[in-house]
Amino acid sequence: MQRLKPVDVVIAGGGFVGLTLAKEITARTSLSVVVLERGQPRKTADYSTGMDELDYALRFKMMQNLAEETATHRHSARASAVPIRQYGSFNPGTGVGGAGEHWGGISYRFYPEQFRLATFLREKYGARLPENVAVQDWGVTYDELEPYYWRAEQLIGVGGKAGNLQGKRVDGGNVFEGSRSHDYPNPPHKTTYATTVFEKAARELGYHPYPVPTATLSRNYTNPDGVSRPACAYCGYCTRYGCMIGAKAQPTNLLMPVLQKRKTFSLRTGCNVRRVIHSDGKAEGLSYLDASGEEIVQPAGIVIVASWTLNNARLLLLSKLGEAYDPATGKGTTGRNLTHQVSQSTRVFFDKPLNAFMGAGGLGIGISDFDGKEGLDGYAGVLRGGNIRVMSTGEGPIASFGAIPPGEASSDWGAEWKKASLGWHDRAAAITSEAEHMAYRQNYVDLDPTYTDQHGDPLMRLTLDWTEHERAQGAMLTKVHAQIAKAMNTQSGGANSRQLERYTVTQYQSTHVNGGAIMGTTPEHSVVNPWLQHWQAPNLWVVGGSAFPQNGSGNPTLTILALTLRAADGIVDRYLKHPGGLA
Amino acid sequence: MKRREFITLPATSLGGVLLYTLAGEPLRLQAQTGDVRVPLRFFTAAEARVVEAACARIFPTDESGPGAKEAGVVVFIDRQLAGPYGKDKYRYTKPPFVESVPEHGYQGKQTPREVYREGIQKLGDFAELPAAEQDQRLRAIERTTFFRILRQHTIEGMFSDPMHGGNAGLIGWQLIGYPGPLMNYRDEIDKAHGQPWRRKPVSLAQVVGRPVTGWEEEKG
Repeated sequence: MQRLKPVDVVIAGGGFVGLTLAKEITARTSLSVVVLERGQPRKTADYSTGMDELDYALRFKMMQNLAEETATHRHSARASAVPIRQYGSFNPGTGVGGAGEHWGGISYRFYPEQFRLATFLREKYGARLPENVAVQDWGVTYDELEPYYWRAEQLIGVGGKAGNLQGKRVDGGNVFEGSRSHDYPNPPHKTTYATTVFEKAARELGYHPYPVPTATLSRNYTNPDGVSRPACAYCGYCTRYGCMIGAKAQPTNLLMPVLQKRKTFSLRTGCNVRRVIHSDGKAEGLSYLDASGEEIVQPAGIVIVASWTLNNARLLLLSKLGEAYDPATGKGTTGRNLTHQVSQSTRVFFDKPLNAFMGAGGLGIGISDFDGKEGLDGYAGVLRGGNIRVMSTGEGPIASFGAIPPGEASSDWGAEWKKASLGWHDRAAAITSEAEHMAYRQNYVDLDPTYTDQHGDPLMRLTLDWTEHERAQGAMLTKVHAQIAKAMNTQSGGANSRQLERYTVTQYQSTHVNGGAIMGTTPEHSVVNPWLQHWQAPNLWVVGGSAFPQNGSGNPTLTILALTLRAADGIVDRYLKHPGGLA
Repeated sequence: MKRREFITLPATSLGGVLLYTLAGEPLRLQAQTGDVRVPLRFFTAAEARVVEAACARIFPTDESGPGAKEAGVVVFIDRQLAGPYGKDKYRYTKPPFVESVPEHGYQGKQTPREVYREGIQKLGDFAELPAAEQDQRLRAIERTTFFRILRQHTIEGMFSDPMHGGNAGLIGWQLIGYPGPLMNYRDEIDKAHGQPWRRKPVSLAQVVGRPVTGWEEEKG
């Protein structure tokens, strides 16, 4: 083991969170910052030969190698867990930029009441809350976070149309969203046939369609750091790919150009962080294996854990830092409030071709008439809703082949199926939804007792299943999907349209898995305080989607970035001036 | 050293075949003549013939257009199995292997290579059978792991970039009107609403102007 010279700040994870914190700290202080990233360096030029559906979208070339490390899953504490052996329900990344390289770019804000959800639900529903609900207030309000949302939107160049500008409703935007201090930095994307048909139908039904906010640039844009990126070219190689022109906001095209010029910043790749070293309520540094397999300890004055969401909780558990959550007693905090999102999809078939290979990860039209607290009155037992949208993300020829309406072929192979698949090819889109996922006492993360990673450390174990509430959310959204599909004059149904049953790891839902090291107002019920500072070790910060006490309906990256920018302010403006607990 | 095995792809002239296209206009494929002898990396010649025959029933050659045979799907599968995917280099393969609920997916120990070897063996003299009997045999195994990945690989071999060994002559992309991984639709995306935008397809190597290799070529 080699013990290195101390640095001021050491960060585990070179993704959106770690590199944003490094950028903020090195811009505003003279502190030395070291980022440890387990994967390899990446840059925009690497992606020019990456427009290959097979290797990237179907073989997951940009993702964490599951042979080395995965998670296990079980539906309840009574069952035994098995490994997620191949990719399915979510896709953690690896390499510089993390999952922020292969995301789709959709950049929603969460609804104001989401940040005080426990209080809100108690006020509205009182004792009628479902059994075992573990939702909590975040300890930060929407209004407090709004300036950080705005900074994050400028950083990545979000395009969209405001629906609530300084409290005034603006038609054509999402009229149900929280008040914005500014309109989006960029206009919405261009439209496609599928999105325009959806928009017209939704409007006719009395809903309020808006362009989905996106960080795939709608025009050439220079952000406040002076980083210029070109407008999206709608090639459709976004989600699961790196953008070959840098139009999609990614840490490598957004943060690395700034950081590379900073002498106080260094990035070490191929370095797999395994423990937070700590004693007596103080983090001392990070222990990692470098690219040659040697164990290294990097001492630091400030330690930041910024790995992919759930890995944050795993690192704390492996480091025996804080108390592991026990669902039987409700004691302990690390690992609690594991959430995903309720994903629902209904295939719709058009009478005209869609050119669905054109698109962008965030190109779409959505409605939020059944999102947040809206539109739920007719649906008994549904406490929180979700968005409904048609996205033109750019479909690959392999994954899109074989989408046919129900009853068109008796088999999924052979001459009849082939003929139907060719005839219907490029006519299918999907109405999709992502709904809020409340936290429950029984859904959590801990260390698996059986399965280990490449170094012999326990894998994280996910105990997670849907409840009646999520099934009711799904049923509500599916019902609205069918109504809109009819108004679009499309046929609907088929293989992708199914009711939510038990949680499955086999089908991609989203990479929006959150929680495990949640933020909150008391050390009894949260791992980090509202500044994302660990309650038990004031010089340790645990930052990312891990901090979400429960999940909102929108894609989480923008909220993660807003929390990250606020954590940076906490470190720079408060902690450095008065080291100690900020809450 | 292992004897080099080959598969000979048939001298198929497709020049006269009318293809359905999404534009609603028939499209003629370029005529292809002459046999192509392709060295195999994983299959024996006998195994390749079985796989080729099975893929040809999954995605047949008929009046709706060419199929797996002309696209060289068997070559695609052979290369996938020879590469890191076939060896499960990117799947979690630590024991214990425990059968679980369907929501946990494939929990087996067998690699894709092993699944194929066993599946092909069970198909026996498949390549020699008439089409109707071949269909019957496939029908009997259509819920097995082997058949599910064979079906998936057939679609992948039809429609993946030709650098992976299938989609020969961009035959699959011509069939569905996919133009290839073009880099810019800024001027087209909001103009072609409801109208088919179709071009003669190009491969990734043609788009970027230099050779590109697939992940299956990775050594080790």
